[in-house]
Amino acid sequence: MVRIKFQQNLDDLKERLLVMAGMAEQAIQRAIEAYRTRDMSVCELVFRSEPAINRLEREIDQMALDLLAMEQPTAIDLRFILSVIRINADLERVGDQAVNIAVRVKEMGTYANVDLPVDIPKLASLAAAMVRKALQAFIEADADLAQSVLLLDDQVDEMNDAAFEALSQLIKEKPELTPPSLNALIIARNPERVGDHATNIAEDVIFWVRGADVRHNMSTT
Amino acid sequence: MGVDILVENLNAWYGSTHTLQDINLHLPANHATALIGPSGCGKSTFVRCLNRMHETNPSARATGTVKMGGLDIYKDASPVEIRRRIGMVFQRPNPFPTMSIYDNVASGLKLNGFRNRKVLDEVVERSLKQSALWDEVKDDLKKKSGASLSGGQQQRLCIARALAVDPEVLLMDEPASALDPVSTSKIEDLIFQLKSQYTIVIVTHNMQQAARVAENTGFFLNGKMIEFDSTHKIFTNPSDKRTEDYITGRFG
Repeated sequence: MVRIKFQQNLDDLKERLLVMAGMAEQAIQRAIEAYRTRDMSVCELVFRSEPAINRLEREIDQMALDLLAMEQPTAIDLRFILSVIRINADLERVGDQAVNIAVRVKEMGTYANVDLPVDIPKLASLAAAMVRKALQAFIEADADLAQSVLLLDDQVDEMNDAAFEALSQLIKEKPELTPPSLNALIIARNPERVGDHATNIAEDVIFWVRGADVRHNMSTT
Repeated sequence: MGVDILVENLNAWYGSTHTLQDINLHLPANHATALIGPSGCGKSTFVRCLNRMHETNPSARATGTVKMGGLDIYKDASPVEIRRRIGMVFQRPNPFPTMSIYDNVASGLKLNGFRNRKVLDEVVERSLKQSALWDEVKDDLKKKSGASLSGGQQQRLCIARALAVDPEVLLMDEPASALDPVSTSKIEDLIFQLKSQYTIVIVTHNMQQAARVAENTGFFLNGKMIEFDSTHKIFTNPSDKRTEDYITGRFG
């Protein structure tokens, strides 16, 4: 009863999710680049990637649904499919965060270029690195690597908090810079959310590989 | 009511073949326990040891202890007594083909000397109700033979026959493997209801069936009990790689 076709279908599902991951990662990298360069054509590339990510999200969900219905998977296979469904949703949200950043970058184009006391590319790069590491853990089924991603989320949160403080202070001191500062605050929120999605992905990898649910700082096996 | 079954160091042989090796297991009362494993792994031999049917094969022997509610079934009781207290349902429905539905259910009691018609009527009705067959056959109890029923009905008739002698334990060896999905579903519903009154042990090749009906599941491989745990644990995160490989279809 070795289920060769089923195993092939699981491999296909993993492959499609990795395509999705590549698209979401590219979107967030482009959003960072757009912020850094204020290049509106890069913003457009981010916008154009969204429908494709959304289509792929639906395709992957359908593949997973079919496997659940037709194959009645158990144990590590069941955990894998459940993890794929969750990671799929997180990747789609990462794509949305990229779009949100690009929308705000376009908004920034309406303001004069001012120096703001936040390093959004650094914050966003750290969040993107979390996503990459979580996906690497998924590719290699490496729960230890996934565990290390969870620790990075605090750094992203701290950077986001620092950005909030610095920009709040700037608004108090230079009210005329309120519009670009608010815009930057809203942008900074997106990498923070990307970090949260990376954390979710890492938790799903741990669930798949170890069968342990470590979400919300509660561990159950 | 069901009783606990405690199995200690159970070994069984067919001739020189060591088919069960050092099985230790606690089957809790009023629970359904599923036994899974590939063909030839020893799960059917195991249940046949529980009601001393294993020894009916001339080349077979068993050692170890099986206690049913404190009673050592190999020392403290006769095989006939044990088989009355531990009913068994087989893969293929095996009603007595020439007997009426009524006589099929009453056969165990009659064999034990019961002749009181009123008592027999009551037991037949109660047993057929317990096996969820009463409504379908109540008007034909003495008119139709057991063989005239559908496969699913025949299997429920066999369950009624087993229940009629008031057992404490019900052994089921792939009870739904020859049935269609609707009949299978009825048998599973029945198991769910019966476990409040009996200790149920079910051998099955249908993994989803084990997951649906049993609180605990044991995985057998090559005559050994590899893993025994809650069904939830076995089917979501088994401890032993061999269990995982089997239930996910990587071998078997």
